[in-house]
Amino acid sequence: MSTAHEVVVIGAGIVGAACAREFAVRGLKTVLVDAGVIGGGATAAGMGHIVAMDDSPAQLALTSYSQRLWRELAPQLPDDVEFDMAGTLWIAADDEEMGEVHRKHEVYAAAAIPTEILSSAELARVEPHLRPLAGALLVPGDAVLYPPCAAAYCTREALRLGAEILAPKRVLSAGAGRVKLEDGSELTAARIVNACGADATRLIPELPIRKRRGHLVITDRYPGMVRHQLVELGYLKSAHSTTADSVAFNVQPRRTGQLLIGSSREFGAEHADVNHSLLAGMIARAQAYLPGIGELQAIRVWTGFRAATPDKLPLIGPWPEDETMFLATGHEGLGITTSLGTARVLASTMLGGTAEIDASPYLPSRYSKNPGNGTNAPDLKMEIPSRQQSHA
Amino acid sequence: MHEKKQDISLTVNGAAVTVSPGTTVAAAVAMAGAATRTSVSGEPRGPLCGMGICFECRVTIDGIPHQRSCQILCAPGLAVTTGSGAVAPMEAARTP
Amino acid sequence: MTESFDILVVGAGPAGIAAAVRAAEAGRSVALLDDNPAAGGQIWRSGAHAPAHARAWLARLESRDVLRKQGWRVIDCPEAGVVRAERNPGQPLPGTGKGPIEQIADFRYQRLILATGARERFLPFPGWTLPNVMGAGGLDAMVRGGLPIGGKRVVVAGTGPLLLAVAAHLAQRGAKILAVCEQASMGRLMSFGTRMLSEPGKLWQGLGYSLAIGPMRFKTGCWPVMAHGQDRLRAVTLRQGAKRWVIECDYLACGFHLVPNTELAALLGCRMQDGFVATDGQMRTSVPNVFCAGEPTGIGGVDVSLLEGEIAGLAAAGRVDHARELADKRHARRGFVRALRQACALDPQLRSLAADDTLVCRCEDVGYGRLRECSSWREAKLHTRCGMGSCQGRICGAAAEFLFGWGAESIRPPIFPARVASLAMLPQQPATVSGSREAAGEVSHTIKETA
Repeated sequence: MSTAHEVVVIGAGIVGAACAREFAVRGLKTVLVDAGVIGGGATAAGMGHIVAMDDSPAQLALTSYSQRLWRELAPQLPDDVEFDMAGTLWIAADDEEMGEVHRKHEVYAAAAIPTEILSSAELARVEPHLRPLAGALLVPGDAVLYPPCAAAYCTREALRLGAEILAPKRVLSAGAGRVKLEDGSELTAARIVNACGADATRLIPELPIRKRRGHLVITDRYPGMVRHQLVELGYLKSAHSTTADSVAFNVQPRRTGQLLIGSSREFGAEHADVNHSLLAGMIARAQAYLPGIGELQAIRVWTGFRAATPDKLPLIGPWPEDETMFLATGHEGLGITTSLGTARVLASTMLGGTAEIDASPYLPSRYSKNPGNGTNAPDLKMEIPSRQQSHA
Repeated sequence: MHEKKQDISLTVNGAAVTVSPGTTVAAAVAMAGAATRTSVSGEPRGPLCGMGICFECRVTIDGIPHQRSCQILCAPGLAVTTGSGAVAPMEAARTP
Repeated sequence: MTESFDILVVGAGPAGIAAAVRAAEAGRSVALLDDNPAAGGQIWRSGAHAPAHARAWLARLESRDVLRKQGWRVIDCPEAGVVRAERNPGQPLPGTGKGPIEQIADFRYQRLILATGARERFLPFPGWTLPNVMGAGGLDAMVRGGLPIGGKRVVVAGTGPLLLAVAAHLAQRGAKILAVCEQASMGRLMSFGTRMLSEPGKLWQGLGYSLAIGPMRFKTGCWPVMAHGQDRLRAVTLRQGAKRWVIECDYLACGFHLVPNTELAALLGCRMQDGFVATDGQMRTSVPNVFCAGEPTGIGGVDVSLLEGEIAGLAAAGRVDHARELADKRHARRGFVRALRQACALDPQLRSLAADDTLVCRCEDVGYGRLRECSSWREAKLHTRCGMGSCQGRICGAAAEFLFGWGAESIRPPIFPARVASLAMLPQQPATVSGSREAAGEVSHTIKETA
């Protein structure tokens, strides 16, 4: 059986679901396919931190744009998404890191992101369980949410606006306008979007995506103990590295009062089994900032796989090797944050119209052997007029 | 009935309770007429499984929350409080 | 801190006690870990109140050089040959109590015997979350832990021989047993009843329980449909066929079969069969040097647990022939237990007790209605948080399996909630001497098979 669709999105994680929703909003006949549970991949394993991140200007542009979109969407989100404007505190352990706090403050200001520098005493007042530190940068516009329900929300919205969901259905291969499913059926589509995260290379082996594994611990309920997402400034160094295994202090208060304790990064780990020594290092790092955290009850420990690209920017746009193929993947640890922005950027690139941010840093053509073929979207966008539809 | 030498005195929500040795904190809480915890939607709860698996018997003992009272024996002077968990364990660990 | 033993037994119920005794009698260094304050598991918990044969086994255990670690819960197996256990806070301190309280320790073994027992299955019905609605074994355990039951009105419900044992014990302690409600119909029980004639000891025992309770109060084809009360239980609505009636009571002790505690076995990679740990005639699992005895291999009750514990202890200690001698007895016992379980198979109508707003997950307060919208356990966990709470899905998982047919997912450490600091412990180098005992912890030697 084959049906002609306008776009098939493969992967119903937060990114794929957000894309499907965006396409449905724009009136495209959309199919969203996933091999398992909606939001069951890295979306389920990650922290749900919506954060403006300044590892590069392009990253800051995408994260801050996307963060704004989340804030606009927030009033419509159901309760189980647990959206909470907790804000982020970038923690400085010493004077050198305090210098970094000031630098970040300038960078964010230039990007029109409000931040506030906290002194040691002010930090101790807002987060009394931290050990004495040098200070912090508060980013009040950052938020936290529960990602699987956010992905489910986007999927339900896409459905409501006319999209079709095929799950659980495993895709065997995709390309040249055809998506072959494990059950023997086939979908034909003018456009295919690979939103498979760490599994993107299964469908397109030449993509420059490597799995970057992380650990998380969730505690029992300790309401009010931590109020903001707490991240050490060294986190950027950990996220930035393309080779080493590393840990960095990163703790999130969930609206339930549970704490999520992270973070770790390792390459080359393909299995889900806990790495005991890396976990021990991650917890030791957390104890260095929150001395009493060792006494909390840990309910679960798990691992997840981020999709990492060499330049730490996602792949959003046409894949030059196949004129029907588009990518929305490679988001490393920022998939939740940038999902909404990714969807907007991809839709604009795919269908024309002005994108709200410059899409060129994220174009997959930067990694293609034939970059010349992909810097503009293919002629497809001429064939099918995009039907603008106002948000329902 | 005269108090035997080895009876144990503790408090549950500030009220004194006396039990014989070998009594679990869960039993002491029940004797004090209290529910062990309040659920996330506000229901009162008491022990269900009696063997440390259901987590309904959780109480705060000497400031440390989420203790499974059905597997903890009463000891002299324990201060048991019921209801939701407290923040205390990290208070205790804060370095000056 | 790491301690080393020839044989490590996890769980000090009947199976674990029997295994530890046999292994120690065979001359091995043995450690016995258990998460309760005292040995005996669920059924022998009460020390002085325990039946005669329980006390005999406990005495045999005490007379042996077994390292006893009560109040310790295994949370992980960080590497082959090592289990990691965390200490329950509030446990009495050993010896002089000097020095820091050791809260986490690794135990290195040559052979491991899992005797982790079973827990009750709870089925949701309106009002089941009220205080004083407990498991049958749950109320029994609470009473053994000092809960006063004299003069209290108790309804016992659910299924299986546990109900009669619990009712008899509570009656002995002065409780007023208002009713014992077995969900299996009289017809099913009768078909099993003729089987009982081949086991006269069991028949007598069953009759003995019934006589203590009074035949009028034992009801078949009967189960609770609602528990009433505001801050705690006041009354229960029971249903038998078309009849419904309300009984005022102080406690409802209600459990629907035992479910094996197989998490540690699963973490070790033991092969499962129909939800139980697969073992051979010597109680060996599919993992080298790991044995399993008692309820996790198949719900069998005390007698089978003791037998399997003995077999495992002997086999692990290398006494293969002696272990073989006991194997036939075990086979006979298992047949009896299988037939009983079939007779007590859960009535499908028990799937309809829950209303949409009846909670299934008690840790995260997730209602039946929300779960009905999910198509798998994983989806339920991720989208409703059912099973993501402190009990790690042990309570709601067993119910969901019966209600929806959902199977469990793969297991990860910690297999019980543990202190965050306990997760930060690095795998230790083996230590040859344990802190508190000289006999245990000698350099391990290879255990050879002997007659």
